[in-house]
Amino acid sequence: MSGQYLVDIQEERLSFFTPAGEVKALNNVTLQMREGEVLGIVGESGSGKSVTAYSIMGLTAQNGKIVGGSVEFNGHKIHEMSEKELRKIRGNEVSIIFQDPMTSLNPVWTVGNQIAEAVSLHTDKKGRAAMARAKELLELVGINEPEKRLKQYPHELSGGMRQRVMIAIALACEPKLLIADEPTTALDVTIQAQILELMQELKQKLGMGIIMITHDLGVVASMCDYIAVMYAGEIVEYGTTDDIFYNPKHEYTKGLLRSIPKFHEHDYSKLVPIEGQPVDLLNPPKGCGFAPRCSNCMKLCLTHKPEKNQYEGVHYARCFMQQKEDFLKERGEA
Amino acid sequence: MPERLLEVSHLKQYFPVAGSNKVVKAVDDVSFFINKGETFGLVGESGCGKTTTGRSILRLTEPTGGSITYGGEVIFDAEKKIKKNMLPYRRKMQIVFQDPYASLDPRMTVEDIVGEAIDIHKLCKSKAERREKILSLLSTVGLNSEHANRYPHEFSGGQRQRIGIARALAVDPEFIVCDEPVSALDVSIQAQVVNMFEDLQEELGLTYLFIAHDLSIVNHISSRIGVMYLGHLVELADSDTITFHSLHPYTKSLISAVPIADPKVARASHRIILSGDVPSPVNPPSGCPFRTRCPYADGLCAEKKPEFKEVESGHFAACHHLDRVN
Repeated sequence: MSGQYLVDIQEERLSFFTPAGEVKALNNVTLQMREGEVLGIVGESGSGKSVTAYSIMGLTAQNGKIVGGSVEFNGHKIHEMSEKELRKIRGNEVSIIFQDPMTSLNPVWTVGNQIAEAVSLHTDKKGRAAMARAKELLELVGINEPEKRLKQYPHELSGGMRQRVMIAIALACEPKLLIADEPTTALDVTIQAQILELMQELKQKLGMGIIMITHDLGVVASMCDYIAVMYAGEIVEYGTTDDIFYNPKHEYTKGLLRSIPKFHEHDYSKLVPIEGQPVDLLNPPKGCGFAPRCSNCMKLCLTHKPEKNQYEGVHYARCFMQQKEDFLKERGEA
Repeated sequence: MPERLLEVSHLKQYFPVAGSNKVVKAVDDVSFFINKGETFGLVGESGCGKTTTGRSILRLTEPTGGSITYGGEVIFDAEKKIKKNMLPYRRKMQIVFQDPYASLDPRMTVEDIVGEAIDIHKLCKSKAERREKILSLLSTVGLNSEHANRYPHEFSGGQRQRIGIARALAVDPEFIVCDEPVSALDVSIQAQVVNMFEDLQEELGLTYLFIAHDLSIVNHISSRIGVMYLGHLVELADSDTITFHSLHPYTKSLISAVPIADPKVARASHRIILSGDVPSPVNPPSGCPFRTRCPYADGLCAEKKPEFKEVESGHFAACHHLDRVN
C-alpha cells in the first residue's frame, strides 16, 4: 500500500489529554492521497482538519498522542518515528504554510536569513549559495525586487507579500507535499486571488501534492481534486470535488452547501443555517457526531455510529439518513 | 419616496501620525444616505476605511469634516460647528462589533452586559422589570434564561455574537451599525446570525449599515452596496447592479476575486488578478486612489481625482475612463 500512496492514514485515533479530560480529536480517520493531487479538508473550527494534516508531519501538541492506527507518508511510518527522524522529513519532504503570515515569520530576522536557514538546514548549499537560492525562491513566488526584499524584515512587507515569503520557505527543498493551513483566511479577497493563482501555478511547475485546509467552500471548489469533509474528528464524507458539490450524501455536507449565499446567481432567498452549536469534543455524542444538529436525525443516529457507505468511484459518506433513502429507493424500484 | 434615516455628506476622518505632521486620511469625502428600513452594505479590503466610517457616523471617533444628519436632524456638521450631545441618539443608534471575543467584558455576567445600557438610559423602573426585559431580549436572540447568569467565556463564538446583538437591542434602537458581525464565525454559524439579522429587521423595522469584507454575505443581506477603496467610495448602487453590472474597475476585480462555491462555474470563470497591494493611506497616490493597481490608468488619473458622479439613476461611480473600462 505505502508504495502507491504519498499519504496513507489508516484508522488514526488521536487524543489530547487535558486537565478537563481526554479530548478525542480524531476518531478512526482514514485518508489516502497520491502524488501531485490537491486534497481539500473542510470543516469548522475544532473538527480536526488541522490535527489530521499536522499529524502527517508528526506535529502534535505535547499533550496530544496518536492512540491508534497508522500514519504513513512517502514510505515513512510517521507514528513510529522519533523527533530526530521527523526533523529530517519536515521542511524537506513535507512543508507547511500557516494561516497567519503576520505571526509565523520571525520578526527579528531578515526575510533572506529566514529562507536561507531552511535552505542550509536541508541541502548542502550554505552561506552565499543558500542566499542565492533564497533569491531564486523569491522570484519563484513572484516577489518583485527580490534583492531588496532579502534584506528587509517581515514588518516591512504587506500581508500578501509575507504569505509569499512563507510559501518560498516552504518550497525551499521542493517538498513532495505542501500542507496549506487556511493560507488565505487572513488575507483580503484580491490578495487571496493572487495567492491561490500562485499556488496553482507552482503546483503545475513543481508537481507537488497539496493539502488545503480551509472552511471556505469557494476556495476548495476552484483548487482541489478531492475533498474530505470533517465533523467532530471524523471524515464524514469524501469524494471528488464534483461529487461533494453536486451529489452530496451526508446531511452535514448538504447543510454546509445550503448555508452559504449563492453569490453568482440572482438568488436572494433566505439562507438555510445548520442549527445548534459546534460539538463539544470533551463530551462527544454517542452516535453520529452531527446528530444533535441534524434536521433529519433519527433515533438510530443518537445511539449508533454510521458505517462508511461507498458510492460511485471514491465517493463515500457516513450517514444513516442517506442509507435509508438509498434503501427505500432500491426497494421502490424492485 | 422612501424616508431617509441617515445622510452622510463629505464625511472626513483624519488621524494624525505620531512623530510627524502627516495625517492618515482614513475616510476622505464619503457621501451616502440610508433609507428607513433598508440594509446598506459597505465593502472593501482591510484598511479601506469601512469600519472607521461606521464609527464616525456614531461619533465614536469625532469626524474631521463633513456632516451627519440622522432622522432629519443634523447631529454633526464641521463647518457650522454643530456637535449634538449623543446620549439621546445612542438610544436610537447602536453597534454590533466584529470580534465577539473582545467586545464583551469578561468579568460581567450576560445579564449585566445586556442590562448596562438599560441602566444608563434608565429604561426600567424596577429590578423585576429589568430582569424581565433582559430575559425577553435573550429569547429574541435565541438564548435562554439560564444563560443570563453566565460569563462570556462560557459561550461559543456564535452565542457571544448573539449576546452582542442583545446588548445592541436593549435600548430598542432604530439603526444598527453591524461591523463585520459574522466574519469571526464558522460558516455553519454565519448563516444563523445572518438570518437573525434579517428576522429582527422584519420584526422590529430596523435599519442596518452592514460592514463586511465578504462580498457574498453583503450582497445577500443588503439592498444597496457602497464599495470603498483607500478611504474613498468608488462605486455605489443596488446590490444586484454591483454584483452583475458594476462599472468601476476596482469593483469588477473585487467581484471576480470572490471564490465561487461551485466547481464548474469556478473553473469557467475568469479572475481579474490585481497586481500589487493597497498603497499606504499615509502616502496615498495623487489623483485617483486606485490608479496604482488599475490596468486602465493613464496620465489623467494621476493628475485629477475622478468625481463621484451618478452614471445611471442611483448608480454612482468615480472613474475617468468608464467608457473605456466597459
